[in-house]
Amino acid sequence: MSRGRSAGTDLALRNVTKRYGAVSALTDVSLAVEAGELLTILGPSGSGKTTLLKVVAGFELPEAGIVMLGGSDVTERPPAARNIGMVFQNYALFPHMTVRENVAFPLEMRRVPRRLIEEKVARALALVELTGYEARLPTQLSGGQQQRVALARAIVFDPILLLLDEPFGALDRKLREQMQLEVRRLQRQLGLTTLFITHDQEEALVLSDRIAVMSHGRIEQIGAPDEIYERPANGFVADFVGESNVIAGRAAARKDGLVEIELEDGARICVAGDRIPDAGAEVRVLVRPERLELASDGAAINRVAGTVVETVYLGTSYKYRLRVPGGREWLVRRPVRAGEAPLAPGDSVAVGFAPGDAHLIAG
Amino acid sequence: MTEAVATLPLAAGDRVRRRHARSVLGALALSTPALVLLLVFFALPLLRLFWLSVDAGTFLPYEKALTERLYLTVFWETFKIAAAVTVLTLLLGYPVAYFLATTTRLWQFVGFAFVMLPFWTSILVRTYAWMVLLGRNGVVNRTLLDLGLITEPLPLLHNFTGVLIGMVHVLLPYMIFPIYNAMRKVDADLVRAAEGLGAPGYAVFRRIYLPLTMEGVLAGTTLVFILSLGFFITPALLGGGRVAMIAVIIEQQVREFLNWGFAGALSVVLLASTLVVYGLVHRLLRPRFAEGVR
Repeated sequence: MSRGRSAGTDLALRNVTKRYGAVSALTDVSLAVEAGELLTILGPSGSGKTTLLKVVAGFELPEAGIVMLGGSDVTERPPAARNIGMVFQNYALFPHMTVRENVAFPLEMRRVPRRLIEEKVARALALVELTGYEARLPTQLSGGQQQRVALARAIVFDPILLLLDEPFGALDRKLREQMQLEVRRLQRQLGLTTLFITHDQEEALVLSDRIAVMSHGRIEQIGAPDEIYERPANGFVADFVGESNVIAGRAAARKDGLVEIELEDGARICVAGDRIPDAGAEVRVLVRPERLELASDGAAINRVAGTVVETVYLGTSYKYRLRVPGGREWLVRRPVRAGEAPLAPGDSVAVGFAPGDAHLIAG
Repeated sequence: MTEAVATLPLAAGDRVRRRHARSVLGALALSTPALVLLLVFFALPLLRLFWLSVDAGTFLPYEKALTERLYLTVFWETFKIAAAVTVLTLLLGYPVAYFLATTTRLWQFVGFAFVMLPFWTSILVRTYAWMVLLGRNGVVNRTLLDLGLITEPLPLLHNFTGVLIGMVHVLLPYMIFPIYNAMRKVDADLVRAAEGLGAPGYAVFRRIYLPLTMEGVLAGTTLVFILSLGFFITPALLGGGRVAMIAVIIEQQVREFLNWGFAGALSVVLLASTLVVYGLVHRLLRPRFAEGVR
């Protein structure tokens, strides 16, 4: 089951466009998944991620662009000839076949000798820790076990690419986290090149080598999880991935690698930025709730006075909703500490952030 | 407080039992009219018929029905025709059901209209229409003669072929609907999954689609086969007295010979063989599918 493939690109989309009637589901999408990499397509429903999956799997033919798989153009190749292992959202286990028959199915289709089939099925089931369940029908398994069978069936034939279509959606939280780690472990262990589709940003951050954020049929940004979270390319990515406070204003001046920004109400804040916008340009500043500091925390440069509107206890942290000047609301997260009383609605506090904790978003 | 807690489980169990009993009684009350109707107009006449067959105090009619060569041949013919009709409706109906289950809404509407239209037409009218079409000088033969495809009229009426054509036509919807129903329940992702796992089209059909729709196939074949066994009007008219199916013989016994006892015996044998077929299908083929299909 291990593959001695040389490094390189296993999946590449080049300028892929797909339309349904007048609606454009994918517009000029290009991306590459390197060998052994887990790349996540993250986007809300209707962003085109499912269409992208169907184009990769071969269930949909794109109007333009090409799909390269393991070095060859497979754009017009039928799904059966693509050698992709796919785990469906609802697992799509064959209900009339036992676990063994389900996992053996792709091998039988490839005319693998019977002895080898037995061997490979046993090994795949051992990998997903389902040895002993061979004779069960899918209906006799729990959700997590069904998922493992689907996974075993998808990897048993050494596919070039593993496609995961929101496979954790139907599991409860605890099981979901467990399965995520397990999939990640398997994927690393076997060096499986994986394309993972999800709308769950938390899941994407946990699992991915890189994330491609999609909206309206376009890829908004591709990057490592921390890059996506810390330095979102635009307002959509900032808003979709994690909680965010976005402050609009105009670039006023630059000094010492900092940009001074004038807000609508005349107040000024300082932000570190690698791209320094022209003076007068409209900019937006992103500050994550956990990067905001309460005045008592110490030296905060960019200070704003606010009033607590709501306090939410989250176990590991408190989340405060503050009303700040200009009629806006900010979210602040503070860790829970012994002996530290939480703020109550109505309390007045000053919040602020260091210039390096803010990120400048273009436009 | 502790007392209340202690007695709670018992009381709750009682309440559940009472509610369950009430819902069973309610369902029974609602089905009473239909049950009474079946009892009076179906079960009682059936018993009466059975009674008539043993009225003479002997099983002579049964002996006659089960040993005389003529009647054994009739039973054999009846089963043969029923089997042929079942196979033909299955071969014709399965693709139609597939078309209906997978096509767009518009085509589905059109398709259903075509399937249902004959269904809504009186069986007598349809059978006479077939007589017009299939006769020696019927539309089919004349067209074929005019086209020069044949030199002599084909024997399409008053024989096995005619009965087969007529019965297949009448019974086709009974095959299509259960299969269509089963096909609608097949998750399209299962077909996609099979394709994605490397299955060519025929393998997807044989390994996935056919087994998953087998439930519908069984329902359809059972329905058509059993209906065929007791078919009367179509074989009577299109067979022209030359195709002896059991129902035709039973009618003959009653109408021409007023031999109620023998007619009753034949009916009971027919009913018994129908039940045997029904039981066999259930015993042999149901369990595995009932378990596997969601």
